[in-house]
Amino acid sequence: MDRLIELLPKLGVAAWETVYMVGIAMVVGGTVGLALGLGLYLTRSGNLLENRVVFTILNVLINFFRPIPFVILLAAVQPLGRIVVGTGIGNPMAIFGLVVGSMFAIGRIVEQNLLTVQPGVIEAARSVGAGRLRIIGTVLIPEALGPLVLGYTFIVIAVTDMSAIAGVIGGGGLGNFAIQYGYRLFEPVVTWATVLIIIVLVQFTQVIGNVLARRFLRR
Amino acid sequence: MPLIRLTDVRKHYPPRQRGAESAIAVDGVSLEIEAGEIVGIIGYSGAGKSTLVRLINLLERPTSGSVEIDGQDIAALPERRLGRIRSDIGMIFQQFNLFSSKTVYGNIAYPLAVAGVPREKRHERVVELLRFVGLAAQAHAYPEQLSGGQKQRVGIARALATNPRILLADEATSALDPETTADVLRLLRRVNAELGITVVVITHEMDVVRTIADRIAVMESGRVVEIGTAFEVFAHPRTDVARRFVSTVVSDAPDPDAVVGLRARHTGRLVTVTFADDDTAQADLFAALARGGVGFELVHGGVDEVRGRTFGTLTLALRGDTAAIDAALASVGSAHVTEVA
Repeated sequence: MDRLIELLPKLGVAAWETVYMVGIAMVVGGTVGLALGLGLYLTRSGNLLENRVVFTILNVLINFFRPIPFVILLAAVQPLGRIVVGTGIGNPMAIFGLVVGSMFAIGRIVEQNLLTVQPGVIEAARSVGAGRLRIIGTVLIPEALGPLVLGYTFIVIAVTDMSAIAGVIGGGGLGNFAIQYGYRLFEPVVTWATVLIIIVLVQFTQVIGNVLARRFLRR
Repeated sequence: MPLIRLTDVRKHYPPRQRGAESAIAVDGVSLEIEAGEIVGIIGYSGAGKSTLVRLINLLERPTSGSVEIDGQDIAALPERRLGRIRSDIGMIFQQFNLFSSKTVYGNIAYPLAVAGVPREKRHERVVELLRFVGLAAQAHAYPEQLSGGQKQRVGIARALATNPRILLADEATSALDPETTADVLRLLRRVNAELGITVVVITHEMDVVRTIADRIAVMESGRVVEIGTAFEVFAHPRTDVARRFVSTVVSDAPDPDAVVGLRARHTGRLVTVTFADDDTAQADLFAALARGGVGFELVHGGVDEVRGRTFGTLTLALRGDTAAIDAALASVGSAHVTEVA
């Protein structure tokens, strides 16, 4: 217990590291993932920008990256990380890995949630003369907003989980803290304190997601 | 010049599997619709009527043939140039297709925003439309809070927002109960009568076209097999499909099962006589039967009215002198008389 109190400042830093790693990864990965998901949805046969070639490419790309375990993906994209973020280790590389890892998952989830929009609603928007871009912004996304928020909430939690592995390439965060100060130093109290913080973070995220989704679900 | 002219339009869908035949939804339809008409297109599901109506506002592109609106062929226009044409053609749907994320007000304002109508004008128009469809009190409700009939009213208001000249109704009442259906049909009739909008109604319910259509087109297997004024189609259906549809709402000649029952209950000759309003045949026949001392009984059929004109099919059981019966039947003309086998 004394050990935990001693480590509190470091625990605070680790918690903050997790929050900002996940935050940045979600902003960047969330945006790229949204684009990927929209691309998949729109190019699917029968949809607004039907295009079999683009759809197939996106679909294969996502299916290729999604099953790679995050620890391995992190190592695999390290050379790319050196080019993009300038380093292959530490928090920047961890964030880069999280972006790559999450964007494909987000793309799939976005696609699935957009598919829940009734095609008839899109047809109604077309029938009043709305163009494709306008339909995407003013009908498609607003109609799917509830499920999208829930999907993103799910991904935030998954990314928090993924971020625990950042320590492998020298990144920080709560996962690394629990391993370094709890597990390796035989301090279960420290490990459990970290777990508790992660649980609180996850619960907090879920509650916000649920509240927002309820506001947007109009069905 | 007709407002809508379809000339030999075809719509084929590519086969789902390699080597399979392509599906033919619309198979060479030519159809002219005049401004101010209400035209009903009736057919069983799969007859191609939903595809046909979507060819009018180019939600579906024809594989071949031309689609003219007010003389302009729009079939080959690029998607970005269809916006203006579509704002001149409103559409309502079976499942209403309202934007669930927008209020009633937002739904009705949407086409106006698309058309670039400035905000104050938009507001004026939405208020006007809310009043027209009787939903002023629900302006800020979301679609989920409305009943089916109310949802369709919102659909109609949304479709009318940009003052279109044409309103397409795709099975607009099929998801509604009979009372609400009557309500919505009354509203469509007002749309036609008060606003002068040409209405094209797609339906599989004969009652719907009977209530509002000036002309009826009957579709089967992607073709229009019969077209005529509502009265013509009801009083003198020429094809089997049309007859089947007419018989769903109008009692006509007895079917074989009914004949067996009639034979068991009635002695004497059974004849079926058809009437349409212009000829006074019905009165003549009854007078002639009475003069000839023929006893007659109405055993099947009925008299109906479409657009203010009556017609009917009556089956009579006749008892009396054969010569007198023949003479009486001759007065209506053999074309209108069928012996019941």
